[in-house]
Amino acid sequence: MTTYLLGHLNYWLIIGVMMIGMFTMMSSPNLMKKLAGLSMFQTAVILFYVSIGKVEDGTAPIITETATRYANPLPQVLMLTAIVVGVATMALGFALIIRIRRAYNSMEEDDIHLQIQREELD
Amino acid sequence: MELLTVLLVVIPLICAPITAMIADRRVAWALTLMMCLALAVISAMVLNDVTTGKVIHYELGGWKPPWGIEYVIDSLNALIAVIVAFIALITVIYGRKSAEQEIHDSQIHLFYAAFQLVILGLMGMALTGDIFNLFVFLEISSLASYALIAMGHKRQALVASFNYLIAGTLGATFFLLGIGFLYAASGTLNMADLAARFDDFASMKLVITALLFILIGLALKAAAFPLHSWLPEAYTQAPTMVTVLLASTSTKVAVYVLIRMLYQVFPQAYWEEMLLPGFLMLSGCLGMLYGSYKALCQVSIKRLLAYSSVAQLGYMIVGIGLNNEAGLTAAIVHMFNHAVTKAALFMAAGMVLMRLHTTSLDKLRGAGKTMPWTTGAFALAGLSLIGVPGTAGFISKWYLVQGALAQGNYLVAGSILGASILAIMYVWKIIETLYFDGSDKLHVHKVGSGKQIVADLPVATACCYLMVFACFYFGLYTSIPLEAAQTAVQAMMGNGGAQ
Amino acid sequence: MTPSTLLLATMLVPLAGALLIPMFSARPNIRDAVSVITATVLFVIVCALYQQADSPASLVLAEPLSGLQIAFSVNYFGVLFALIASSLWIVTTLYAIGYMRAHHERNQTRFYTLFAIAIACVMAIAFAENLLTLFLFYEILTVGTYPLVAHAGTSEARAGARKYLLILMGSSIAFFLPAIIIVYLQAGTLSFSEAGVMAGNMESIYIAPLMLLFLLGISKAGIMPLHRWLPSAMVAPTPVSALLHAVAVVKAGVFTLLKVVLFIMGPDVIAQAINSQYLLLLPMATIILASLVAMTRDNLKERLAYSTISQLSYIVLGALMVNQAALVGATLHIAMHAFAKITLFFAAGAILVATHKTRVSELNGLAKSMPVTFMCFAIGAMSIIGIPFFGGMWSKWYLVSGAAAFEGATWLGWALSITLMLSTLLNIWYLLTIPVNAWFKTAPANEPASGEAPLPCLIAMIIPCVICIYLFFQPDIFLQLAHTIVGGDNT
Repeated sequence: MTTYLLGHLNYWLIIGVMMIGMFTMMSSPNLMKKLAGLSMFQTAVILFYVSIGKVEDGTAPIITETATRYANPLPQVLMLTAIVVGVATMALGFALIIRIRRAYNSMEEDDIHLQIQREELD
Repeated sequence: MELLTVLLVVIPLICAPITAMIADRRVAWALTLMMCLALAVISAMVLNDVTTGKVIHYELGGWKPPWGIEYVIDSLNALIAVIVAFIALITVIYGRKSAEQEIHDSQIHLFYAAFQLVILGLMGMALTGDIFNLFVFLEISSLASYALIAMGHKRQALVASFNYLIAGTLGATFFLLGIGFLYAASGTLNMADLAARFDDFASMKLVITALLFILIGLALKAAAFPLHSWLPEAYTQAPTMVTVLLASTSTKVAVYVLIRMLYQVFPQAYWEEMLLPGFLMLSGCLGMLYGSYKALCQVSIKRLLAYSSVAQLGYMIVGIGLNNEAGLTAAIVHMFNHAVTKAALFMAAGMVLMRLHTTSLDKLRGAGKTMPWTTGAFALAGLSLIGVPGTAGFISKWYLVQGALAQGNYLVAGSILGASILAIMYVWKIIETLYFDGSDKLHVHKVGSGKQIVADLPVATACCYLMVFACFYFGLYTSIPLEAAQTAVQAMMGNGGAQ
Repeated sequence: MTPSTLLLATMLVPLAGALLIPMFSARPNIRDAVSVITATVLFVIVCALYQQADSPASLVLAEPLSGLQIAFSVNYFGVLFALIASSLWIVTTLYAIGYMRAHHERNQTRFYTLFAIAIACVMAIAFAENLLTLFLFYEILTVGTYPLVAHAGTSEARAGARKYLLILMGSSIAFFLPAIIIVYLQAGTLSFSEAGVMAGNMESIYIAPLMLLFLLGISKAGIMPLHRWLPSAMVAPTPVSALLHAVAVVKAGVFTLLKVVLFIMGPDVIAQAINSQYLLLLPMATIILASLVAMTRDNLKERLAYSTISQLSYIVLGALMVNQAALVGATLHIAMHAFAKITLFFAAGAILVATHKTRVSELNGLAKSMPVTFMCFAIGAMSIIGIPFFGGMWSKWYLVSGAAAFEGATWLGWALSITLMLSTLLNIWYLLTIPVNAWFKTAPANEPASGEAPLPCLIAMIIPCVICIYLFFQPDIFLQLAHTIVGGDNT
C-alpha cells in the first residue's frame, strides 16, 4: 500500500493541484480567482503529461553515446503546444476581465449578475 | 486531391494574419470572402471525391503515420467541411452590413481575422486524423470565438464570453487529459492507429477513464445537456454574423468529433457494455425537452433560438446514443439540416435586429407588416425547425424516430415527438406575434453603412432566402447529405474500426 | 391531354391561381374573376381526369428518403374527392365574392391566395401515391389554412387558430408520424395498394393499436377527444368554414383514414385482427356526444361544427365496420355530407351578412324576410338527416345495411344500429328545429325587416341544394365510384 502510494506520488500531487484549481474555479465569485483556478487546472494537466513521459533511469532525449535509455520526448513536445494554448487563453481571459471591470465597475460575479438582471428588466 | 485537402487548413492559416494586418474594412471583407469561396469550392470537390467510399490520406510534412500528423478525409468529415465552408461563405456575404453596424471600424479587420481563425479551427478539427492535433484546432477555434463573442455590442457580451471561456477551456482541458490517459495506455496519438491496436490495451482501466474524460470534454464543447449553460448567453450576445456561424457550425463539429471518437477510435462493443448509449439517450432526451421548454419561455428571439439549439443538439446526441444505423444517419443528417435551418433563422433574426434594434417579442408585434420578407423567411425556416414534412428538418426526424422504433425504444420516440410539439409551440409563438398581433406600425430604422444609407438589406435578404430555399430543397432532394451520411455510417458500422 | 399531364395540372392550376391573385390585389374585380376562372378550369380538368380514372398514370416529384417518393397517381378515390372539392370550390368562390364584399373583410387578397393554396394541397392529397406524400400535403394543408383561421386577427381568432394548429399538427406528429414509420418498418413500403400492405407483415394483436394511432393521429377527421380544433376554427370567415371546415380539410381527414383502412391496413386484415372491433366505440361515442353537444350550442356555426364532427364519425364508423356495404356508405357519405353541409354553412353565412345574427335563438321568424335562405337550410338539414328525396339518404342506407351485416360481437352490432338510429333523431332535433322555428315562430316585435343576402351568395347557396336533391334521383355517379373504390361485386 505504502509503495503504491509513494510510487505514484507525482500523480497524487497532480490530482491535488488539479482539484484545488477546479475548486477555486467553481467556488470563487471573483473572476480573477476563477481564471487563476483554471490556470492551475491546466498546469496540472501539463505536469501529468510530463510525468508520463518519464522513463526510469532515462536521460534527456538527446542521442549521446553514453545513454541507452531516454525519456519519451513526445509528451514534452506536446506540452509546448499546450502551454502556448494556455498562455493564449490566459491572455484572452485577462483582457476580458479588464473590459468587464470597465463595463460593470466590478469583478465579482454576483454583483455583475445583479446588474445584468436590472438591465434585463428595463 | 491530397494536396487540395490540406489547402482547406492552409488557406485560412495564411489569410488570417494578412487580414489582421490590413486595416481596411473593405479589403478585410473581400479577403475573407475570397478565402471562404476557395474553401467552399475545394470542400465541395473533396466531398464529391469521397462519397464513393474512397478515403483520402495526407501526411503532413511527409512524416509517416502514426508518428507524423495525418489528415484523413472520408465522406463524414468531408460533409462537415462542406457545411463549415458553405455556411461561412453565405455568412460572410450576408454579414457585411451587420458587421459594419455592430463592430467599430477600427476593429473590423481584427474581427474578420478572428472569424477566419474560427473557420481554420473548425476545418482542422474536421480533417485531422491525429487526436492531439484535434485538441490544438479545437483551442484555436474556441479562442477565436471567445474573442468574437466579446465583440457583441452590449456589455453582457463580455460576461457571456468569459463564461464560455471558463466552460470551454475546462472542456478542452478535460479532453486533453483524456488524450493523455489514452496516450499513456497506447503510446500513440493517431486515431487509425489507436483503433487498430485497441485490443492490445483495451483491458486497462485507464482507457475507461480516458473515454469518460474525452466524452465530458466534448459534451461541454457540444453543449450537450446538462453541460449547455454557456450556450444560450453566448449565442444571444454575440454579433449577428458570429451567432450565425457558431450556431450552425461550431457545436456540430464538436458532435462530429464525438461521433468519430465513439465509432472509430473506441470500438462500439467497448462502450456499449458501459451503459453509455443509455446515458447519451438520457442526456439527449432531457436536452431536447428542456431546451424546447426553455425556448418556449423566452421573450428574446435570439435567446429563444439559442435554447432551441440546445434542444436540437439533443436530437443529435440521441441519434448517436441509439447506436443503430438509422440513428447515426439521423445524427449526421441532422447536423447538416440543422446547420442550414438555424443559419436561416439567425439570419432573419439578425435582420430584425438591424432594422428594428430589438429582438424582444414584446416590441415586435405586427412586424410582419413592416418587414414581410424577413418575417416570411422566419416563418418558412421555422417550419423546418419543427420538422414539417417537405422540409429538411423532417428528414432527420424521420430517421431518428425510425431508429428509436426499430430499437423498440418508445420512450425515446415519445420524447422526440414531444419535443417536436414543443417546437411547434415556440415557433408559433414567434409567428403569431409577428403576423397576427397588434396593429401599431413599427418604426423601421435605416441601416447605415459608411457614408451611404440603405433602406433595406437586399443582399442579406437574398442570403437568408438562399438558406430558406436550402431548407426546402434538402427536404425533397436529399441525396447530398444522405449519401454522405450513409457512406459514413456504413464505413463506421461496418467494421467499427480503422479504415 | 395525357392523364399524367392532367394530374400535374390539378395541382399546378390552383397554384398558378395563387400566384396570379396577388398580382391583381389592387383591382378586386379582376382578382375575383381570376379566382372563379381558376376554379372552373380546375373542375374541367378533374372532370377530364374522371374520364380516364382507370389509367395507371403516375408522377414522381422527388425521392427524399431512399425508396420513398413524393409521387402522385390517378385513382378512383382521389377522383371522387377531387370532384367534390373542385366543384364546390367554384361555388364557394362565388359565395365568397358576395360575402367578403358585403362583410367588408380586410386582407381579401391574402384570403383568396391561401384558399387556392389549400385547394392545391387537397388535390395533392387526393392523388397521393403513397402515405408519405399524403402526410406531406396533409401537414401543408394545416399550415396553409392557419392564416385563414386567424384571418380576423382579434385575440379570439388568434386563440382559436393557435388551438387549431396545435391540435392538428401536434396530433399528426405525435401519432400519425410514428404510425407511418411503424408501417414502413413492418411492411417496407408506404405505397397504397389493393388490399393493403400489412397482410402477413404484422402480428394480428398489434393491428388494433396501430389503427388506434392512425385514428388519433388523423385528427382532421374530428374524432373525439381530438376534435376541439374544429369548433375553434369557426372564428374564420364563413366561406372558409364552409369549404375548408365542412368539406376540404375535414374530408381530407376522413379521406386519409379511408385510404389507410382500404389501401394500407387492408379491410380483411382489420376484420380479422383481435380487438379491432372495439375501435368502433370511438366513432360511436363521437357521433352521440357531438350530437348532444350540438344541441346545447346556441352559436349557429358552432352547432354546425359539432354536427360536422358527428357526421364525420359516420364515415369513420363505416370505414371501421369493414364490410362491403359500410365501406360504400362511408365513401358515399363523403360526397353526400359535403353538398349538404356546405349548404348549411352558406345559409349561416348569409344570415350573418344580412342580419349580423350568429345565435340560433335570434332566428325566430326570420324566414319571412329570408325565405330562400331558410328553404336551402331546410333542404340541407334534411339531406344530412337522411330523409328520402335528398341525396343523404343513400349513404345512410348503405351505412345502416352495413351495420346490419356487421360480423363482430352481437352486442356491438346492436349498439351500432342503436347509435345510428339515435343520432338520426338527435339530428332532427338540433338541425330541423332551426328552419322550423324560423318559419313558424313569430319574430320579436320591433324587428327591422332585413332582405336576403347578396345575389352571389344566394346563387351559390341554391346550387349545392339542387345537387342534394338531384343526387337522390341520380346517385349513380358517386355510387359507381364508391363501388369501384371499395371493390368487390357491383350490386
